[in-house]
Amino acid sequence: MKALMGTMRAELVGAGGVVERNAYLTKRYIWWDVAWFVWTVANTLTIVFIAKGIEATGGSLDVNATMTTLLIGAVVWAYLGILFEFLMETVAWERWEGTIEYTFMAPLSRAMHLAGQGIFAILYGLLRATFLFIICAFVFFDLVIPDANYVAALVVLMVASVSFIGIGMMMSVLPLISPEKGTQLGFVAQGTLLVVSGVYYPVEVLPGWMQAIATISPATYALDGIREAILEGQGLTAMWDELWPLIIIGVVSIPLGLWVFSRGEQYAKKHGKLKRSG
Amino acid sequence: MIDTQEAVMEAVPVRKDVAVEVRELRKEFVLRDRKKGRFGKRTRVALDGVTFSMERGETVAILGQNGSGKSTLVRLLSTLLLPDGGSARILGHDVVAEHRAVRRVVNRVSVEASFFKKMSASENLSYAARYYGMTSKQTREKIPAILGRVGFPHDRRDEPMENLSRGMQQKVALARALLTSPVVLLLDEPTTGLDPRSKLEVQDFIREIRTSHDSTILLCTHDLGEAEILAERVGILDRGRLLLLEPADEIKQRYGASTLEEAFFAATGREFEAELDEDDDREVMA
Repeated sequence: MKALMGTMRAELVGAGGVVERNAYLTKRYIWWDVAWFVWTVANTLTIVFIAKGIEATGGSLDVNATMTTLLIGAVVWAYLGILFEFLMETVAWERWEGTIEYTFMAPLSRAMHLAGQGIFAILYGLLRATFLFIICAFVFFDLVIPDANYVAALVVLMVASVSFIGIGMMMSVLPLISPEKGTQLGFVAQGTLLVVSGVYYPVEVLPGWMQAIATISPATYALDGIREAILEGQGLTAMWDELWPLIIIGVVSIPLGLWVFSRGEQYAKKHGKLKRSG
Repeated sequence: MIDTQEAVMEAVPVRKDVAVEVRELRKEFVLRDRKKGRFGKRTRVALDGVTFSMERGETVAILGQNGSGKSTLVRLLSTLLLPDGGSARILGHDVVAEHRAVRRVVNRVSVEASFFKKMSASENLSYAARYYGMTSKQTREKIPAILGRVGFPHDRRDEPMENLSRGMQQKVALARALLTSPVVLLLDEPTTGLDPRSKLEVQDFIREIRTSHDSTILLCTHDLGEAEILAERVGILDRGRLLLLEPADEIKQRYGASTLEEAFFAATGREFEAELDEDDDREVMA
């Protein structure tokens, strides 16, 4: 029992170490992160301006609501990008710095290693998404969102994040298998996930086969839930239709993500790829 | 250090005097072979039936040229590779089946002192120690103490690693390995590429670890002199095969050689190459 408690404590301390390391790195690269954030803001603005553009060219639409809808899509895109980026870096950055062998031979379980990476990604991604939303909604566009239920939106995003982390774990194994191109495949996964999930449009406009895929994408429910909370002021009770699929996908995706990662790690250990040069 | 490590120490071996036990260890890598067409492949044997054991507290040096299998051996014992045959046990724990127990008692220093370059020595040591279950309360005192022991200047602890010389970085690598109080320390060419002064300092520190830390040390090196002065027994690894493992004097005696270099030549039939920085298996592709 004492040994078990000791192991659990060591595991938690280890996961904290991953968070600590990412905090150090973020501190050291803070100006790069600021530059990257500026790019994200610019990218988001280009998307949100589309609503104004349609109005300017004679289109008829509720500009405020459309801009908010687009903004939510862009913020979720950026948030998911950060989550996947951090999880992909579990391998990619370590390989680049040469620390991969030291990290993977440490006694920390892979589950807690990835959990630590995921926790930091959520915290950092959330902070960034909040700034992005505030800057775009209230500094650039002066959007009117009187009924917004931000707490409910946050809860939906948190619940969805569990699924996102699970999918990110599956993606993060790619740089382990292919050091050269694995990281880029993460962007493919991010884009594919969002395109079927109605990131800037209702899922109903998609072809039937894409709508079928949308039903198993956590981003579909996250986007729906967040839009309902912010545009309509829906509470959590009214959003149960979005929450229960997210919980189920989360429960499935985390163990699946860990299993996929462990298979990738075994492959890398078998073929000698668990090292700095790949 | 941590409860888990104590638990591991209590739970170990049948033969308490044996720290490392390697039996018929074999590792092959599949390499691309363009001569055999676009998808052509060939197999290279990195380790071929290597067998040896090390007693607790013993220092063994493994000599070998590039590609002889030294780094493969270290990476197998570090649980970073899966063997294709044979077995390796550390303190009675199988490196494959009980890899987490092995990881708690092993640490290593490799030829490249790999760190997050923008982070400081203190930061690199701090997060690395967490992976071994050490809390900030434990590392707050231990990190300055261990950096002091390796002769790392106090006023440079918060400087990014990229500003430090290679010798200085290697000292931090030694400190990182020792911070977790490993029972078995794997040193893979720890002094390769260092200037003579840094080399001596690192060697002095390895000597100190031997006497004060009671660690079992496996030293893979190109440096014949280093092997002779630091190790109780010296092994010669040639093309994946461990030809012998004996005290340096006995090796020289066996081949009637006056130097270890001559003995190496006699044992392998080849000259001892000048050292290179490259990892043995860097070209390996699956």
